Amino acid sequence: MKIAVPKEVHPKECRVATTPDVVIKLRDLGFEVIVETNAGAGASFSDASYTTAGATIESDTEALWRNADIVLKVRSPEHHPALNKHEADLLGDGQTLMSFIWPAQNPELMDRLAQKNVTVLALDSVPRISRAQKLDALSSMANIGGYRAVIEAANNFGRFFTGQITAAGKVPPAKVLVIGGGVAGLAAIGTAMSLGAIVRAFDTRPEVKEQVESMGAQFLELDFEEEGSGTGGYAKEMSPAFIEAEMALFREQAAEVDIIVTTALIPGKPAPKLILADMVELMRDGSVIVDMAAEQGGNCELTKPGEIAKVHGVTIIGYDDFPSRLAAQSSQLYGTNLRHLLSELCPDKNGEIVVDMEDEVVRGTTVIKDGEITWPPPAPKLSAAPAKPASSAPVQAPEQSPKEPRRGWGSIGFLIAGGLALWGLGGVAPAAFMSHFTVFVLACFVGYQVIWNVTPALHTPLMSVTNAISGIIVLGALLQVSTSSFLITLLAGIAILIASINIAGGFLVSQRMLRMFRK
Amino acid sequence: MASGTLTAAYIAATILFILSLGGLSHPETARRGNLYGIIGMTIAILATIFSAQVSSYIVLVIMMTVGGAAGMVVASRVQMTEMPELVAILHSFVGLAAVLIGYATFLDHSHHFVGVEKTIHEVEIYLGILIGAVTFTGSVVAFGKLRGKIDGKPMLLPARHLINLGIALACIWLGAVFVGNPSTTSAMWALIFMTLIAFAFGVHMVMAIGGADMPVVVSMLNSYSGWAAAATGFMLSNDLLIVTGALVGSSGAILSYIMCRAMNRNFVSVIAGGFGTAGGTEAVAFEGEAVPISADETADLLREAESIIIVPGYGMAVAHAQNIVSELTTTLRNEGKNVRFAIHPVAGRMPGHMNVLLAEARLPYDIVMEMDEINDDFPSTDVTIVIGANDIVNPSAQEEPNSPIAGMPVLEVWKAKNTIVLKRSMATGYAGVDNPLFFRPNTQMLFGDAKESLDAVFKSLS
Repeated sequence: MKIAVPKEVHPKECRVATTPDVVIKLRDLGFEVIVETNAGAGASFSDASYTTAGATIESDTEALWRNADIVLKVRSPEHHPALNKHEADLLGDGQTLMSFIWPAQNPELMDRLAQKNVTVLALDSVPRISRAQKLDALSSMANIGGYRAVIEAANNFGRFFTGQITAAGKVPPAKVLVIGGGVAGLAAIGTAMSLGAIVRAFDTRPEVKEQVESMGAQFLELDFEEEGSGTGGYAKEMSPAFIEAEMALFREQAAEVDIIVTTALIPGKPAPKLILADMVELMRDGSVIVDMAAEQGGNCELTKPGEIAKVHGVTIIGYDDFPSRLAAQSSQLYGTNLRHLLSELCPDKNGEIVVDMEDEVVRGTTVIKDGEITWPPPAPKLSAAPAKPASSAPVQAPEQSPKEPRRGWGSIGFLIAGGLALWGLGGVAPAAFMSHFTVFVLACFVGYQVIWNVTPALHTPLMSVTNAISGIIVLGALLQVSTSSFLITLLAGIAILIASINIAGGFLVSQRMLRMFRK
Repeated sequence: MASGTLTAAYIAATILFILSLGGLSHPETARRGNLYGIIGMTIAILATIFSAQVSSYIVLVIMMTVGGAAGMVVASRVQMTEMPELVAILHSFVGLAAVLIGYATFLDHSHHFVGVEKTIHEVEIYLGILIGAVTFTGSVVAFGKLRGKIDGKPMLLPARHLINLGIALACIWLGAVFVGNPSTTSAMWALIFMTLIAFAFGVHMVMAIGGADMPVVVSMLNSYSGWAAAATGFMLSNDLLIVTGALVGSSGAILSYIMCRAMNRNFVSVIAGGFGTAGGTEAVAFEGEAVPISADETADLLREAESIIIVPGYGMAVAHAQNIVSELTTTLRNEGKNVRFAIHPVAGRMPGHMNVLLAEARLPYDIVMEMDEINDDFPSTDVTIVIGANDIVNPSAQEEPNSPIAGMPVLEVWKAKNTIVLKRSMATGYAGVDNPLFFRPNTQMLFGDAKESLDAVFKSLS
């Protein structure tokens, strides 16, 4: 299949949807790659480098779109100024588009694309599950954005980030506050830390604390109980009382820190206003605010989206194109995300893609399938939890499928047989036995539920703990030992002896083992 | 102690045991989990000792003190590499205890049952002894195999399935003789015969299972020891024994299932024994030349690598190489390299074996990954070091449909840019299958004892 990579038309957009390195990998998958003239110029990839990697260069934009089976883009389709046509109108029957789409914000674009009878995969709609991480272009871009935000802050900040004691006097370290501990926030924390700043971070989601601390930053906490985790790893909107407490914290911090980086976004809503005008006034002259939410209206009241504002001596950076400002890096990561998506779609490496709507990842990413809008997808099953079952070796699949139906009948037969046996047992057994039996069956189920949660790393300790616990059999011997019969006392005594070895040995060795597990 | 108080103590113990197993879901809570287990056990034992049914304390105290002390000595001396053996031998104790208690119950005539209750009671005794006996000898043989005292290769008797069938029929027949037999003497003989047959069955069953399947065997015996305790609970009408036995039994059963799935094998085929005997077609013989590498060259490769994945196998345990692996890892990590560990679910001789060894060497558990977490990362890895693992990194599982291990999920180490395999010689793994990994162009072999080889690499690196 032919993959076309047009030049981005959005003003000042420097990224490109593929790089020479990625082209080589795409050709290994069996695809033919055509790149528009100067498509990579903004990201410092020359046409010559694409040709060397095996791509062909096409100067006629319309021909490029027309002849392609798959179009790779960064920005969602928009009006093409040179052709005076909407990019969506360049698409035709049966083609596939892969780019950022933002279906929730762009319903008109969705309708327009659907009418063209195409398939659209939106890189912004990749489900946030472990298996899909390698396609998660949002994380790739957020990572770059966070890095660039700190670099921009440093550029506009009049001092060192790191503290120094020099012959010319002492320099205090810069204090940086990062609001929002998502990918962008964590990247910003990492960058600011490595420049030597003192970094603090805040997030409404308590589970972020550990991640923030793992980056070496201090996590600021509110004296307030409210859980801020929404679905899909994002935050949700908080209650008024919570926001009030939050504002007090920010006000206090504003007076102290030199740089604030805000990354707070709530999906499908305007960005929450976290830094109010009076807090900006509290900040020292020369301080910098980087508002990474500028595109969604900004986290700071005084942000001017797309530009740098100077208010009360504070520089407020409201760029909405941080990833594009690091175009070579962004293009490389985005191109790799796209390549991973293509290799998911092309398991046979024969240059043909199959959009398998049974696959959870592909299902979530596909927003239009053959002209039919398939967005939003059914809700993902878990929030950022590991998705294990899907990743077994692909070789297995065809061999197993014919066995499925038989196994299904087998288990039904098993259930029926079990039910009948239980019924028969209930008919003859006395009540005392049945009550013990109830306890037994329930305990089996409890064990079943509990054990599945045990992490594989702890399977050996699990065995030694269960082994120690099975030493409970000593109770049987304890109850028997007090008889008049010598033989019974002897048997029970030996049983007590060996069961005690088991109990003491099992628990002690588990304790020894578990003491070794450390982070 | 009143029976109400006793029941209350048993409920507390039950809850503590469940919490104990629940605590093991995460390394951070695991120690608390073990503590819950200890508290639960203490409560249960004390409550029983002070209950109305126990009146003579001399034998009890002596036996418990001696047994407890012996257990502690063994547990504090055992090396972490010997963990599978220890667990196996401890299982055998539970099995033997179940047998002894079963006999003691049979000899105890203070309770009189009639009608259906008598039948059920006798069936309970019979089953308890049967399961206990199989657990006992099975565990002893597993212990011998893990120790290397018994040959690890599967012992395949000519008509082993017929033998097993015969044993099953004999047990059923003896059961029929035993239950409801008015003569105590002939019932006793039936019981003794059955016990001997069950002992033989336990030996035969584990003898037929190859060394590579040991993780399944150990967890299966773990399960059996639980069922034995549960059967004893039924026999004595003791709910705590029933609950605990069922917890342990289902735990072991799930572990066996997980292990079987990790090898893409059917539980029955593992238990029925043998390996690679089912497939009629010939596996393709692999030809090629394995490229050796020296310790210095290995160190050079590591120095240039950004990301490194280490795949440990049973060979690491045998060579006691976990500490030098840890030192090497720390050095490489201090140089800013991304070093991680890939653990196959059946690496080693019991579930989670590798994790315990790495934890003993004080490696942080968050760089130790499961197969599913890390398998996609091999293509972007500069150097993969395979330490004494063979079948779990064998590409023929994916590429060679006739291979005896076809379809078993494996770590895709051959996709890394460079793979270094530490190995004593070119011998095959437990499955007896040739490994084409060794002949790949990007694979190099570092021959020798894993510990000595890594010591040399470490010296060359620092």
